[in-house]
Amino acid sequence: MQTINFLKPNRDNIKNYSIIGSFLVLISLIDVISNAFLKTNLTFFLPGSLSSFFPLILGLIGLNMIRIDYSGNKTLDKINKNINTNNFNAVLTLLILFSIIKALPPSLSWMILDANISGDSKDACTGTGACWTYIKVWFRRFMYGMYPNEFHWRINTAFILVIALGFVGYFMKENLKKYLALYYVIIYPVIAYLVIYYLISGGSFGLQWVETGAWGGLSLTFIVSFFCLIFCFPLGMIFALGRRSNLPVIKYISICYIEFWRGVPLITVLFMSSVMFPMFLPEDFFMDKLVRVIIAITLFEAAYCAEVIRGGLQSLPRGQYDAAKSLGMGYWKMHIFVILPQALKLVIPGIANTFLALVKDTPLIFVVGLAELAGMLALAKTNPKWLGFAMEGYIFASIIFWIICYAMSKYSYNLEAKYKTER
Amino acid sequence: MSDPIIKIQNMNKWFGDFQVLKNINLEVEANKKIVVCGPSGSGKSTLIRCINRLEEHQEGDIIVDGNELSEKTKDIEKIRAEVGMVFQQFNLFPHLSILDNCTLAPIWVKKMPKKEAQELALDQLKKVQIDDQANKFPGQLSGGQQQRCAIARALCMQPKIMLFDEPTSALDPEMIKEVLDAMVSLAKGGMTMIVVTHEMGFAKEVADEVIFMDEGMIIEKAETKEFFANPKSDRTKLFLSQIL
Repeated sequence: MQTINFLKPNRDNIKNYSIIGSFLVLISLIDVISNAFLKTNLTFFLPGSLSSFFPLILGLIGLNMIRIDYSGNKTLDKINKNINTNNFNAVLTLLILFSIIKALPPSLSWMILDANISGDSKDACTGTGACWTYIKVWFRRFMYGMYPNEFHWRINTAFILVIALGFVGYFMKENLKKYLALYYVIIYPVIAYLVIYYLISGGSFGLQWVETGAWGGLSLTFIVSFFCLIFCFPLGMIFALGRRSNLPVIKYISICYIEFWRGVPLITVLFMSSVMFPMFLPEDFFMDKLVRVIIAITLFEAAYCAEVIRGGLQSLPRGQYDAAKSLGMGYWKMHIFVILPQALKLVIPGIANTFLALVKDTPLIFVVGLAELAGMLALAKTNPKWLGFAMEGYIFASIIFWIICYAMSKYSYNLEAKYKTER
Repeated sequence: MSDPIIKIQNMNKWFGDFQVLKNINLEVEANKKIVVCGPSGSGKSTLIRCINRLEEHQEGDIIVDGNELSEKTKDIEKIRAEVGMVFQQFNLFPHLSILDNCTLAPIWVKKMPKKEAQELALDQLKKVQIDDQANKFPGQLSGGQQQRCAIARALCMQPKIMLFDEPTSALDPEMIKEVLDAMVSLAKGGMTMIVVTHEMGFAKEVADEVIFMDEGMIIEKAETKEFFANPKSDRTKLFLSQIL
């Protein structure tokens, strides 16, 4: 009979080692699971501190025993290569596993098992877990803000129209493709603005006027993000080119613009736009608060976009400029056909970054009294009838924001893959 | 004798404090082929980059096809469209196919109809024997193929003058020949060419005149046979003894 060396496992005895090793790891996991789910301590017979470290020690010995180089067993090799390369990694693996197991029961019971979703008042929430009733009751507010319930179809229709218009580019005929950029940069925003103005604001065509103060919730998040995104990108492009211009006036205007907006916090910009800005306007001139806020965020983010795009412009080799110039292209032709297509492709990850940050910055408009999704949460949690459900609200909001942002980042990956050409 | 198509008089150029070109005088007649050679750092590339104003000169005159190049030149694009250039690093546009590389400038600069431009481009690509690669992207071609495409791209603008800035220096020895062949057939077609190169075989075969430069000055300018048979200055003799 071969002796089994616990410290130096080898492949001659691979069966013995792997069986004993996995058994030890299994016991350690069972101990933790029973501790977390059943609240029973299997190792009650051991003294206090040893009892709590028992699964870790057992698991470590077990993992050590199955750590055999080139065992020939695929699963075993995979485990060893990825999570069990040495004792330190083995400890980390075990600790992470244990913490997940420990955290699972309380979060599960709070979110699902002990949670309530029936009923439509606070009294329905009798369990110790989350009160999803709160989200259910407030759902329309979170989506549409203070917008009158009977007009919600107007918001939905407007969004569907705007999204549909966004897809027009895909169905354009080949000979119209060259107007694609023109469509997305100028025509599309204008149409989208008109759609949103006439449908959501109303006031004509027999639709009742709803002032922007009543807008809110997720729909407002979308409106603000949408307009800021489509306007800040072309603006950023102009300032990126401006900063690299040879004409001193344009160059220094661009530098001043970028450095100014990058240097001030967004929150002060928003305050300025809603409190200070109207003071400078003539008496009879009125600009809606929402429009002012959108302009403020657009100008702010354009500065960031400009720097990201400038990074892309600088990464192009000088030869590309030389080649374009030597073919007789002027500044604009060179940039439109040669430089920008390459530079913009390079900055897709950076632009996606800026856009994600922009979407997540929209809750800041709460400080000027516009309540988008997170703002509505802040209002709802102070409602006397529904005190104490901030947690549910914020989890709900983070899930929604995560979905939006994840979709955007997925889309940016797709764009990157689509425009990838070998250099 | 016809008027020279390129005329450079007393031209000086500095990069900061460093004078790259010193008192350059050069006249090139139409349909002539000039080879510029010399050690690296002697200002050869800078000289031909000045001819289509990719570099600006500080003193003296450069007259290309009757137009003086200076800060006041309004339509520098128009002059550049008449002067084709081929670079050491090819500088193809990586985001466009070979065909689009060739048609881009004719369509947008010369306002040629798309169809006509494509026919012209395929014709030029055929001359350099890569018309079968027209729909590929530059990254998918070998160095020699890319450089031939760059030549075709420049020719699609139907230039009066072609400038070559060390077109074979970044290529493998095997690929140098295919590029040189394309250049030789272009030379035989009667194009005015200024070629910066170290390929002395090419110089002997097609050049009408050879210019030797060192330290920013034109040391020697002679007819090809004369240049190789009886170089006058010692510097040229030394250079030739090392390179041949």
